[in-house]
Amino acid sequence: MEKFTKLSGIAAPMPLVNIDTDMIIPKQFLKTIQRSGLGKNLFDEMRYTQDGQEIPDFVLNKPQYRNAQIIVAGDNFGCGSSREHAPWALLDFGIRCVISTSFADIFFNNCFKNGILPIVLPQEDVDKLMDDAQRGANAVITVDLENQTITGPDGGSISFEVDPFRKHCLLNGLDDIGLTLEKAAAIDTFETQAAQSRPWV
Amino acid sequence: MTGKTLYDKIWDAHLVHEAEDGTSLLYIDRHLVHEVTSPQAFEGLRMTGRKVRAPEKTIAVPDHNVPTTQGRENPDQMPEESRIQVAALDKNALDFGIHYYPVTDIRQGIVHIVGPEQGWTLPGMTVVCGDSHTATHGAFGALAHGIGTSEVEHVLATQTLIQKKSKNMKVEITGKLAPGVTAKDITLSVIGHTGTAGGTGYVIEYCGEAIRDLSMEGRMTVCNMAIEGGARAGLIAPDEKTFAYVQGRPHAPKGAQWEAALAWWKTLYSDDDAHWDKVVTIRGEDIAPVVTWGTSPEDVLPITAAVPAPEDFKGGKVDAAKRSLDYMGLTPGMALKDIEIDTVFIGSCTNGRIEDLRAAAEILKGKKIAVKRAMVVPGSGLVRAQAEEEGLADIFREAGFEWRLAGCSMCLAMNPDQLQPGERCAATSNRNFEGRQGRGGRTHLMSPAMAAAAAVTGRLTDVRDLM
Repeated sequence: MEKFTKLSGIAAPMPLVNIDTDMIIPKQFLKTIQRSGLGKNLFDEMRYTQDGQEIPDFVLNKPQYRNAQIIVAGDNFGCGSSREHAPWALLDFGIRCVISTSFADIFFNNCFKNGILPIVLPQEDVDKLMDDAQRGANAVITVDLENQTITGPDGGSISFEVDPFRKHCLLNGLDDIGLTLEKAAAIDTFETQAAQSRPWV
Repeated sequence: MTGKTLYDKIWDAHLVHEAEDGTSLLYIDRHLVHEVTSPQAFEGLRMTGRKVRAPEKTIAVPDHNVPTTQGRENPDQMPEESRIQVAALDKNALDFGIHYYPVTDIRQGIVHIVGPEQGWTLPGMTVVCGDSHTATHGAFGALAHGIGTSEVEHVLATQTLIQKKSKNMKVEITGKLAPGVTAKDITLSVIGHTGTAGGTGYVIEYCGEAIRDLSMEGRMTVCNMAIEGGARAGLIAPDEKTFAYVQGRPHAPKGAQWEAALAWWKTLYSDDDAHWDKVVTIRGEDIAPVVTWGTSPEDVLPITAAVPAPEDFKGGKVDAAKRSLDYMGLTPGMALKDIEIDTVFIGSCTNGRIEDLRAAAEILKGKKIAVKRAMVVPGSGLVRAQAEEEGLADIFREAGFEWRLAGCSMCLAMNPDQLQPGERCAATSNRNFEGRQGRGGRTHLMSPAMAAAAAVTGRLTDVRDLM
């Protein structure tokens, strides 16, 4: 997993609430057996017409947002299906950070497994960043994970919360499975005990 | 000391390790696997030379992609990409030695229907699957939730999951349900009440007389949609109905082990003095047969209501409602009962069980459909066989329904069962998102009886008018 330390980039505004993972990556693209290559179909049905033409009004099709690395989104981003193809598609497009007032649980988890930082902020902070994002390339936002700050184009700084363990994994690009396997002895012990107490499992 | 909730008890029984900051390693008793969210996980194991730690606790079945038409055992029936994905699961199941129900097995079906049916899902277990509707298994008093593909790989390799504990939420449905009101109406009404993010950060326990009165099938329908309310999981304390459902199933414990299991299962309830972080109470008598009008499962109204206007909402929901109404092709103020439909889909992990088919057949008996297309997709090969034995299949066929083979089908439209742009569907599935059942397709969620009623009249219908 690629490390996440500090990111300075263009933020795309997506104020719609309840952007679900079916919108982020529609089911016809879930047939892949790979993780890569999904960026071109990110937000496919919002981004392209039925015959594959770009819809000019869609935010990521606008010239100033084509290289966005951050999305500022409406409430409950990533709800619905557990498909990890959603963060894979975001990452493949180049998005490394999503900011919203709330995220759906599974999507939130999936982001951290892929080097994407989802940030939860109060409504007023999201509103402020949404305004910044509306200014496109004139409004580069800097996300500093180490110091847990977001710096806007006008120099104002917002601090954010992040789970310490997840922060550690993101900063160092750590693989969860490797970390868990360090606890293999504890898993062995649990299994031995469970075989006694719940042998039917 | 305060008592424990059911969730607390299951959590404690599966805790392998807890760090100071609360980051925990939770043991997983059952890992269910399907073809769409697993290929990258198995590939990860191959690349790192890892094995499946507990293949005997890992169960795989293809369901999302598989065609539901006859002759599907012939791979040529599938588009190339679907064929490759199902073939990958065939190979992964064989290579890693996990339990497998291929498409040719009568026990094949939707993973969340197969698990309980085969007795893999038992009270007090932790159950995960790379699918958000894993919450279904909570009906047995199991802690069950969806995970992403990286977590699928993590569970395959370690039989554990890194978790932080959720908060406890109680959803109580008091009293009795009125005639024509079902488990689907309960679960949709709860989401209508709490919103799609109302459960975020929580595990929900459903309780109360109306929940107790539900069959196991009904309880699975309720828990299935916990995720649609944002909750990590939904569960219901096991009782005599649960034990009776489980007993005798192929992978349920037997003999002395059954007795030992039963003794523990009977301790699985929330203590009277347990702490709840959030409580929602709804009177069973107040729940009506409902339908969704928009593109979020929280867009729920009684069938007797009218299409709302964007101004009826607040904040970001105003623009979302505008977008929904435009997508759904609806005008504020229009009676829901005047909405004409052209497709009916009965099936899915929400409502593809035998009781669902019985409820729909009851309405359809001796009637004909008044829609362009209607299909029943049983949740498993065994549900299908039972429905044929009970004569339900004949009722569906005579009414004009297509009688399909088991799979996820038009719930998410990954296989050829899809809506065309602008087509409007009465569906018993779980999501009415834009494009969910096919690009431009319009979905109204409802119970099987309500979907059957809509099939007969050609418009959204109050099932009580046909009873």
